[in-house]
Amino acid sequence: MQEGAVLEMRGICKYFPGVRALQDVDFTLREGEIHALMGENGAGKSTLIKVLTGVYPKDGGEVHIKGIEGAAVIRSPQDAQNAGISTVYQAITLCPNLTVAENMYIGRTKGAMTNWRAMNSGAGKILESLGIPASPQQQLGSCSIAVQQMVAIARAVDMECKVLILDEPTSSLDEQEVVKLFGLMRDLQSKGVGIIFVTHFLEQVYEVCDRITVLRDGQLVGEYVIEDLPRVQLVSKMLGKELDDMADIKGESGGTAISQEGAPVLEAQGLCSSAGIKPFDFSIRKGEVNGFTGLLGSGRSECVRAIFGADHVTSGTVKMDGKEVKIRKPLDAMKQGIGYLPEDRKGDGIVGDLSVRENIILAYQVMKGAFRPISRAQAEAFADNYIELLEIKTASADTPIKSLSGGNQQKCILARWLLTDPKYLILDEPTRGIDIGTKIEIQKLVLKLAEKGKSVTFISSEIDEMLRTCSRLLVMRDRKLVGELNGEDLTQTKIMATIAGGDEE
Amino acid sequence: MTTPVKDPQARVERPDESLWKRLTRQQLFIPVAALALLVLFNLIADPSFFAVSMKENSLGNPVLSGNIISVLDNASELVILAIGMTLVTASSGGQDISVGATMAIAGSVILRMVCGSQVTADTMQMNLILAVLIGIAATMCFGAFNGALVAYFNIQPMVATLIMYTAGRSIAAWINNNQLPIINDLSFKYAGTFLPGIPVPTPIFITALVILIFWLVLKFTTLGLYTQAVGINPSSSRLNGLDPKLIKLLTYVILGVCVAVAGFIRVSRSGSINYSRIAENIEMDAILAVALGGNALSGGKFNIYGSILGAYVIQFLTTTLYKYEVPSTALPAYKAVVVILLVVLSAPVVREKLSRVKKAPVKAAKEVS
Repeated sequence: MQEGAVLEMRGICKYFPGVRALQDVDFTLREGEIHALMGENGAGKSTLIKVLTGVYPKDGGEVHIKGIEGAAVIRSPQDAQNAGISTVYQAITLCPNLTVAENMYIGRTKGAMTNWRAMNSGAGKILESLGIPASPQQQLGSCSIAVQQMVAIARAVDMECKVLILDEPTSSLDEQEVVKLFGLMRDLQSKGVGIIFVTHFLEQVYEVCDRITVLRDGQLVGEYVIEDLPRVQLVSKMLGKELDDMADIKGESGGTAISQEGAPVLEAQGLCSSAGIKPFDFSIRKGEVNGFTGLLGSGRSECVRAIFGADHVTSGTVKMDGKEVKIRKPLDAMKQGIGYLPEDRKGDGIVGDLSVRENIILAYQVMKGAFRPISRAQAEAFADNYIELLEIKTASADTPIKSLSGGNQQKCILARWLLTDPKYLILDEPTRGIDIGTKIEIQKLVLKLAEKGKSVTFISSEIDEMLRTCSRLLVMRDRKLVGELNGEDLTQTKIMATIAGGDEE
Repeated sequence: MTTPVKDPQARVERPDESLWKRLTRQQLFIPVAALALLVLFNLIADPSFFAVSMKENSLGNPVLSGNIISVLDNASELVILAIGMTLVTASSGGQDISVGATMAIAGSVILRMVCGSQVTADTMQMNLILAVLIGIAATMCFGAFNGALVAYFNIQPMVATLIMYTAGRSIAAWINNNQLPIINDLSFKYAGTFLPGIPVPTPIFITALVILIFWLVLKFTTLGLYTQAVGINPSSSRLNGLDPKLIKLLTYVILGVCVAVAGFIRVSRSGSINYSRIAENIEMDAILAVALGGNALSGGKFNIYGSILGAYVIQFLTTTLYKYEVPSTALPAYKAVVVILLVVLSAPVVREKLSRVKKAPVKAAKEVS
């Protein structure tokens, strides 16, 4: 083993029927290091993690762990835990109806008796030492997602791990919570724990990591010290080509200024919903792409949900093409030609067990009505058409949508709304948790739709993505619409200042 | 050029699959296999099981008789219930355990209508079709009650329907002032026995008609898609313009219609009713039929034909056990053994293992090479 390494994986191979998921991959983690594992969807990140944690048996290669002679044998997650490897997954895998302390000790008490007092005080000490704002006897479900995530980490830390794997820990956290999590990570780093950080957020990688290992198509691209690898290069390494696509999009965005004089498609006044936002005014013109921006929880999603009738609308008027309409439920909005891609793809978007085909035709079918079913042949034609058009990677149109990757699921939901031929399409975080290639495709699609005269409202947590696509930005703060930026005001600094607020009130 | 982009993984995987694996993955594998086993057992044990003969019934009409006819005839109520139960299961992820009790209500209402004010009537006092329609309306109301509790008050289906399960038979008795109405009009019994001149039991025709109607409904409306979407992800369904609550309610009302038809068949077999015993425990068989058909009891995707097959398998089993003179008191125990086997076999864990049985040697051979 190398000097200072806690974990060494050499020549790891993993085959699935017909695919080489991992091919001769090396990975080294040093003591007290935060190491990013990067790659597009399907590059082999999660396979590598699953091999390391014993979820999948490996088909070749060796794993060495500090303190264990020879090659380590990891056949199950339990083995991995005993070898000092702990994992915190993207989705919280703890029990929300147990207390924080119970969650930290579950499965680790010896014998039938539990010493509650010792357990609670032990948990309390760890929480305090890591600065996690939760009490041991609190129900886990009553903590914020970030705190739950931290409790999961505390549990891992308490098991005296040498290697901590964080799989997309930040995707459901807002910025302040991310800062807290990073603090915790740095703290662990100083204690000598090696951390493997899997994420899609480039900015976060550059903020917290020491090294990056890039995978592509199941192969190792390379290991880099963070200072030696500028962002653009990282992206090009992940995609495997010198990439001008990003620049391309920026060039096109200059053209979106034309949308300033079209007729308004939708105008809303004093719109307010039961989700707890302040009444807001909103309008969008034909062929315009605008966006809501603001921190997570600032009310961006609630605004568009109010427009679509997804939440109970309490007041306000809406005009479509100048005529006043009542939108009380999603179907009303759909009949007015509005489409809505929701933020929570898994919870609100896909219908998991249904096939790709059924998922694509669903909204169009509902609009046609219950007594006019789309024939099988026609449904197949629709599905095949969009599978080809959006390059959805799926075994067939009959595959259950849940077995597709996140990006492809999102494309299916997009296809669903495109099929209804909407005048106005709302896309709430369409690019979250999606690989860069698909992100760019979706951004391009948005601009293409605008060219065809459709109006699009685009929401994204990544400001540069919004800058690339939107010609006007509505800024939200604390559930209130606080500003509108367009033209020359559309710069990163100006947006940040508006989001942060302060000087204008 | 028009071929869709395919996942390389899946493209390679498909031809690899053995026939066995594809077979075991089919949803209908378990009910079909169970039926085949039962047929095989009877063929070996005593082929005369399948004999069908013409006999004279009590009215002196020549009718078909035999075990197979009896299976098809006696399964009728169960098949009809299983269809409705499948929809309820799919949309709400739970089951209606009150179907036996509401069948008693349907039967009671229909008898009350045809008997008029009399307790024992020799001729029908009301047009039979009208009486059945009133019976259907009554159970639709009870279905709506159950459905409303489930859909609008978010009560677990089994708890919500426990109310009617408990109260249903009392309500049925109360409808007839706790008297036992008897109808001696022969034409009332046509539906439960034989139509004059036709040697096949009428319930078989009624069941076929119900199956046909549901086939048409599923083909010419989007009920199937909506029910499944709502059962899998209500939140997403709502954002696609569906009303998940209304659809759940609707499936309970549809089950109500099935219950009335089944109740009508049951009372017209005898022309009378025993409130506490009629269709006793049939709800459990109906739920079992849904499960046997390979449908997840937690809702979502469904196959109505699986449930229908499941219902016939259950009746086939019962008839087989009767044939071998298993005493009726011991019947449930024998049935339980078979049910355990069937349910364990249809569990995803076991099916996964089953489909690997054949695959193992192939894999081993590959590793050697």
